[in-house]
Order: sequence, then C-alpha cells, then structure tokens
Amino acid sequence: MAQITFVTSDNDSITLEGTSGSVMSLAVGHGVKGIDGDCGGVCSCATCHVFVAPGDLEKTGPASEIETDMLELDDNANEFSRLCCQIEISDAIDGIVLTVAK
Amino acid sequence: MSATESNGGRCVVIGASHAGVNFAFALRKEGWEGEIQLFDADPMRPYHRPPLSKAYLAGTDKIEKNLLKAEESYEREKIDLHLGIKVAAIKPGERTIQLDDGRRVAYDKLVLATGARPLLPPIVGIEACSRVSVLRTASDVEHIRNKVKEQVSSRVVIIGGGYIGLETASSLSKMGASVVVLEREERILARVTAPFMSDYFQRLHAAHGVSVLTSKNVVSIGSSRECGIVICDDGSQYPAELVIVGVGIQVNQELAEQAGLIVENGIRVDGRAQTSDPAIYAIGDCTNHFNLHYQRFVRLESVQNAVDQAKVAAAAIAGKQPVYDALPWFWSDQFDTKLQIAGLSAGYNRILTRIEHAHCFSVWYFKDDTLLAVDAVNHAKSYVVGTKLLKDKQKVDVARLTDRNIDLKVANLILE
Repeated sequence: MAQITFVTSDNDSITLEGTSGSVMSLAVGHGVKGIDGDCGGVCSCATCHVFVAPGDLEKTGPASEIETDMLELDDNANEFSRLCCQIEISDAIDGIVLTVAK
Repeated sequence: MSATESNGGRCVVIGASHAGVNFAFALRKEGWEGEIQLFDADPMRPYHRPPLSKAYLAGTDKIEKNLLKAEESYEREKIDLHLGIKVAAIKPGERTIQLDDGRRVAYDKLVLATGARPLLPPIVGIEACSRVSVLRTASDVEHIRNKVKEQVSSRVVIIGGGYIGLETASSLSKMGASVVVLEREERILARVTAPFMSDYFQRLHAAHGVSVLTSKNVVSIGSSRECGIVICDDGSQYPAELVIVGVGIQVNQELAEQAGLIVENGIRVDGRAQTSDPAIYAIGDCTNHFNLHYQRFVRLESVQNAVDQAKVAAAAIAGKQPVYDALPWFWSDQFDTKLQIAGLSAGYNRILTRIEHAHCFSVWYFKDDTLLAVDAVNHAKSYVVGTKLLKDKQKVDVARLTDRNIDLKVANLILE
C-alpha cells in the first residue's frame, strides 16, 4: 500500500492510495488533471509527465533510458522528471509527492 | 455565436472509444455547460484499444484494468454514457439521431466518432467458417484468448502481415500458440515501411518461431471437424484451430453517408473537425482531413489522431478557432521490440538508415531533401529527435545524420 500525492497545475493537492499497477493508472482512474496516459502505459506518448519531489527521488529512482529520451519531447523536463506510467506502485514509494507537469 | 450558445444545449456523440471519450472530457474542460450524451454499440465501458493486440491479449488482465477513464469520472463530469445502443440514423434536417429501438434524441451539436471495423476480404468460406475471427473489440480478444487457452499448442493462421497481424502473432506466440502469418504482398508491412524494416520484423518473428510467409494470396477457407484449413492460390494449405483476419479496416461512414455529409475515404472534415454540415463534427479513425503538415487529405488510424482531433472539435464547439496541425505518430510493440513512428512516410523517394546496434536503429524517410517520417526501433531518441525536426520542418544534414560518431541531437543535425 502506498499513499501518493499529486499536485496539479491548479495547485490542487490530491492524495490517493494504491496497492499495485502504475502510478499513471492510479491517477487516470481518479481523474487527476494533466495526466492523460494516452498510450495506456507503454512509454509511447509522454502524456503522464510528473516532477518527483527532490527528496522522493530516492524512492522512485530516476527515469530509465527510454523514459529520459521520451521526456525530451517536453522542453520543461528536468532531473526530477518521470513518466509516471513507468513508476510501479509498491510500499517503497509510500508518501511520495508528484507535481503534474501539464 | 454568443457565449451562451457556444456553451450550452445538448451535444450528442456517436462512438465512445478514444476519440468520443476524449472529446467528451475535452468539451467539459472547454466550459460546455449543457448535456453531453455519448452513445456506443459496444456494451463494455470504454477501453484502450491499442493494447488489445499487444500486452492485453497475451496477459490475464480483465478489461476493467484497461479502461480509458474511471467509471466515476463520467459522473463527475456529467457525461451520460449510453452503452450497447446502436444509432440507426441521423436526421440533420430536424437535428435528431434515431436509435435502433426507434427512440429519437435531439442534438444541438453532433459529433461522429464512429471509428472503423475490420475488413473481411472476399475469400471463399470466410463467413461460413466458425474458426474465423477478427480483432477490434474487447470481446474479440476475449474470444481469441479463450480459444488459444482451451487447447494445448493451438495452431493459429493470421491473414495479413500488417501491424495488427504481426502484433497478434507476437502475443499469441508468447502464449504458446504455433503461429503462421500469411501476407499477400512480397514483404510484410509493405504499404507502410521500407524494405529494411520489413526484413527486420520478418527476422524478429522467425527468431521467435513465428512463420511469416509472403506472396501468399488466400483464396478460400474450408474446415474439417478438427480444424479450419486456409488455402492459398499457389495450392498451399494451412490447418488451424483459429484463423484471424487482419487485412485492414473499413470506415464506419454509413450514418454520415445517409445523412448526406461529404464522405470520401472517410468523413470529410476541415481543420476544425467540422463536416459539411455545420452542426456536425467528426473525429478519429472515421475522418478524412486535410493535413497541414503534409498538404494533402489523410485518413489516419491512430490514438494520436483520435485524441488530437477530439481536442480540436471540443475547442471549435466551445466557440474557439482551433486548427488541427498535429504531427501523426504511432507505435507498435512486438516481442521485446518497440517501434515508434513519427510522421507519414508515404511518397518517400530516399531512405537513410542509422544503426546504433543490431536491435536498435532508425529509418529516415525523405522526399528529395524534405524529411517525411522516422521509424525508430528500440531507440526513443531517434523518435524524439525526428519528431522535433518534423514539427519545425527543419532541413536535415544527412551526412551527419548517418554518422554514428555524431551525437543524435537536433542541434547537430540542422542543415546550416
């Protein structure tokens, strides 16, 4: 079980609880604004871009190579960027805060 | 149009897949205060379609894990979903649609997101053989999954070596089926990619035990008690417990035709996704639009087009002046290979290949010195750089592009 907080572009803060699946699925399932997941979660569309809070990067780990490449589609991407379809929900990421890029 | 007129009334959407559903949510986001009524003949909650031939087919997930939007999202956004309901006709004169059960629903704006259905080619016995299946809906996949699982080492023949056929072959072979793909052309993916790509995917499938046979023109399908038999015009025969037809699609354009809209290889729409009737818009696979990037009419079968046209139609109906100018993109997952495509390669007269290593390369399509498209195999970087060059219509320094010692970056590839 993990609690994940999303901060949207409207500065809304939404905390959701999940046990499995991807963070993108959790967000889309609850209608978190700005996370679209158009490709269904296969790292093909880059519409689930989030910034991981600096202190939480240790929990999520950094973006993989393909993710880093895909993130370059967004000029605002930085070292805290992840495509959240590539973050699996587990106890290890409990408490993380993600700022939605869009 | 006054603000009130552009934000209220009843918007009816026919088709609740990627285009229809994304449109409904986008219209709410644009500030539409009126009703949004979404109709689809498919009884399932709207789901992602691309995974159906890929991970979803080979996996064990239920469709609930694969929904486009959560159930409560529709309630929250006040989008009324009417599933399992077929629309029988559109009456543009009186601005109503007629449902299969005879009921009529009035609209102020109508959006057609009717998509497409698999094409059944004129093969003798194709309709009569109970072992023949297509792959477009969640229930098609359910059927195929069950058939393959209920028999140890099922034999599957797939007619058509396009993306759907090859993705399905990959998924079914992962599930343990013995798969034969029969392609009519001399090479697979002939209409959509360069020979280099066809060769690569042919070898990829062979390495995983899928038998991909080309120049195989299927003429009839017969059946014995145990299996179906697929017969080609060269006399060869392929027995199979399951035959899957993946030779392309047919646009669901009949409602539009009967309503008198301009239809030509899809429902004709302008850059605002508007049809020849100002109260009716059309989006997604069912449309034929004038593509600004390629300066010609294009019909696309893709998530990108569905989602981007949905946004454009929503903005237009909300009274804005959007322009559809998105660059087409696609992807395909087969075995552990990821193909990403930026742009449309049709009309190319020159190809350049940049090889990073054996399973990691990109093919760049040009017409003279204009870049048209990029196929990136296991190399997202090429896809991203290609996308940027295409979007900005940059002239590419081809000598540098094919030089592996030069880092693949936009700045390194622009022709000064």
